[in-house]
Amino acid sequence: MPSYNDLKEVSTEYMLFKAKREEQFITGSEAVREAVRRANIEVAISYPITPQSESMHLVGDLYAEGFVKEYFRGENEFAVMSEIAGAAMGGARTFTATCGPGTLRAFENFPMWAGARLPIVMAFMPRGVNSPLTIQPDTIEMGFLLDTGIMMLHAENAQDLYDMLLMSFDIVEQTSVHIPIGVFIDGFFVTHTRQKVHIVTEDVRLKPYNPSLSPVPIMDMETPPFRCMRDPFVMKSNYISYAAHASWQQEIMASAQRAKRHIKKYLGNFIEQENPSAPIQIVASGTAVSQSREAIKMLKEDGISAGLVKVKLIRPFPTKEIKNALSKTEKIIIPEFNRTGWLAREIASTIPNNDRIVPGPRVYGGMTMPPEVIVEVVKNGTPIGI
Amino acid sequence: MQKENYKVLKGPESYLPPAAALHGVSLPEKGEGLIEGKCVSENTCIQYIALKLLEAKNPTFFPGPLLLWRTTEYALQRGKLVREIAKEVNARVIPMPDYRPKYPMINPAVEINPNHPNLTIWHNKIDVGIFIGVHCHQANLALKIIRGGTDCYTIALCAEEGHEEANASLRNADNKILQKLLETIKEIKKGGAK
Repeated sequence: MPSYNDLKEVSTEYMLFKAKREEQFITGSEAVREAVRRANIEVAISYPITPQSESMHLVGDLYAEGFVKEYFRGENEFAVMSEIAGAAMGGARTFTATCGPGTLRAFENFPMWAGARLPIVMAFMPRGVNSPLTIQPDTIEMGFLLDTGIMMLHAENAQDLYDMLLMSFDIVEQTSVHIPIGVFIDGFFVTHTRQKVHIVTEDVRLKPYNPSLSPVPIMDMETPPFRCMRDPFVMKSNYISYAAHASWQQEIMASAQRAKRHIKKYLGNFIEQENPSAPIQIVASGTAVSQSREAIKMLKEDGISAGLVKVKLIRPFPTKEIKNALSKTEKIIIPEFNRTGWLAREIASTIPNNDRIVPGPRVYGGMTMPPEVIVEVVKNGTPIGI
Repeated sequence: MQKENYKVLKGPESYLPPAAALHGVSLPEKGEGLIEGKCVSENTCIQYIALKLLEAKNPTFFPGPLLLWRTTEYALQRGKLVREIAKEVNARVIPMPDYRPKYPMINPAVEINPNHPNLTIWHNKIDVGIFIGVHCHQANLALKIIRGGTDCYTIALCAEEGHEEANASLRNADNKILQKLLETIKEIKKGGAK
C-alpha cells in the first residue's frame, strides 16, 4: 500500500474516468474509506453513531496511516458540524459523516453551512430517528434536510457511494457553487454489507482544494484584511437588511442550480431510466431502486411491463428530467424507506396530473422492502404503509 | 415556477427580483460573456461594455477587497488599468473596502457596501456601475439588490466564472481582458463615439 506522499495529484476527471481500477468485495463503510484515502482531506472530525460509526472509524485509520492531515472526535454531532464549519471557513478540505439522531442533533449547522458558502462534503447513512428509538434503516432524515440549502445525492449501492464521494469535492469547490453536499447511502443495507466495488488502484489522489477561489473571504487572520470577515449582517430591523438576507438566500439556491452542470459532468444524467416507454414507471432512490429492479423482473414474468426511474440527484431536484421521464406514464409507483414519503411529495409537486401517482409502498422503522410488496402495489394500485 | 425567457434587464425590477440562475440564465463558458442573460462571445461582450461605459452619464467603478487589499505586482497593474479605463470614460471610482454592513449609515459619497448598495447608487445618481475585485457571493447580493431597486445598469468584470445577476458580465476578466477593454474604448473614441 503506497503512503500519502507516494500519491500523484490528479484531476477529478482523471480519478473518475481514467485511473485504473480493480474489483474489490468490500462494505459501504470500506468504500467510504477508499474514497477518503484518495480525496486529499485536510480535516476529518467524527462522532460515533450507528450505522455511521464504522465509516468514520475507518477514516481514523487513514489518519493513522497519514492519508488525512487532522482527525479528532468532537463532543457530539453539533460540535462536529460546527468544527467542520470552522475548518472549512479557514480554507481546509473537510469530511465527516453522521446519521439519524446525529443528523437531527447537528441540524442547525446544515443551513448555516450553505449560508456561509462552505464547500463541505459529508456522508449521511440514514437510519430511523426517535421515537420510538430505533437504529434501523429509514430515510426519514432526508426529508428533513430537503430545504436546508445543502445539495443531496442518493447512492443506490457502494459503487455509487464511492464515485459520488470522489466527484463531490470538485463540484462543491467550484467558485460559482461552493455550498455543501451530502452523499446519502441507506444505513446497514449498504454500509454493513459487502458488494463488488471498482476501486481506483493507481497511486493517485485528488488535487488539493484552492481556497483562494472561494466566493466569500476565507477567515485567515494572518492575511489582511480580516475585517472583510463574514459578520452577521442582519443587525437592524429595516427593509434593506431583510432584502439583503432574502438576496443571500436566493444566492444559495442559485448556487445549487449552477452546480447542475458540474454534477452532470461527473454523474451523467441526474436520473437513470430502464424501459422508459412502459406505461407503468417505478420511481425510486437509494436501495429502493435495487428492490424495484427485482420487482420489475417479477412483473415481467407475469406479463406486466414496468419501467424504472432511478433518481440520483435529490437537491437540486431534477424537475425537468422527471417531468420528461413521466410525461406519458399512466401509473407511477414510488416505493420509499420512510413514513412521510418525501420523494412522492417531490414528484407530486413536479409533474402534471399527479393523480397518476400511487404513493408507496412505504416501509419504515427498519423493515425491509420485499419486491413482492412493490409487485402487489403495481398490480392492485393500493398503497401499502400509508 | 420558472419564468420563460427571463432577461436580466436594468431595474428597478421588483420588490424582490428572482435569482437569474433559477430562471434559466446560465453562466458563460470560457471565451464567452453575458449580456442581459444571454451568452455571447467574449469580444462581443467587451465591445458592448465599452459602448455602455462611453454612453453613460455617470459611470462608476466599484473595486472590491480582492483588488483594494492586494499588493502583488499583478494587482497593482490591475488597479492601474482600472484607473486608466475610468479616466477614458470619465468614470468615478467608489471603493467597496469590506462587506460588513455599516450602521447606522454609510457615507454613500465615498463608499459602497454589498448589503445596501442602493444607497450609494441613489446618492451619486450612478447610471452604470462596474464591479471588479468583489468576491462573487457579495457581488451577486449587491447586483441583485441594485437590479431590484435602482435604475443603475450593472457590469461585472469577474476574474472567475461571471455573474448572471449583472446586466452584462465578463468571466476570466484578467488584466489582458482589461487591457483589451481599454483598447476597445480608445478605438471607439477614435471613431467619434464620445
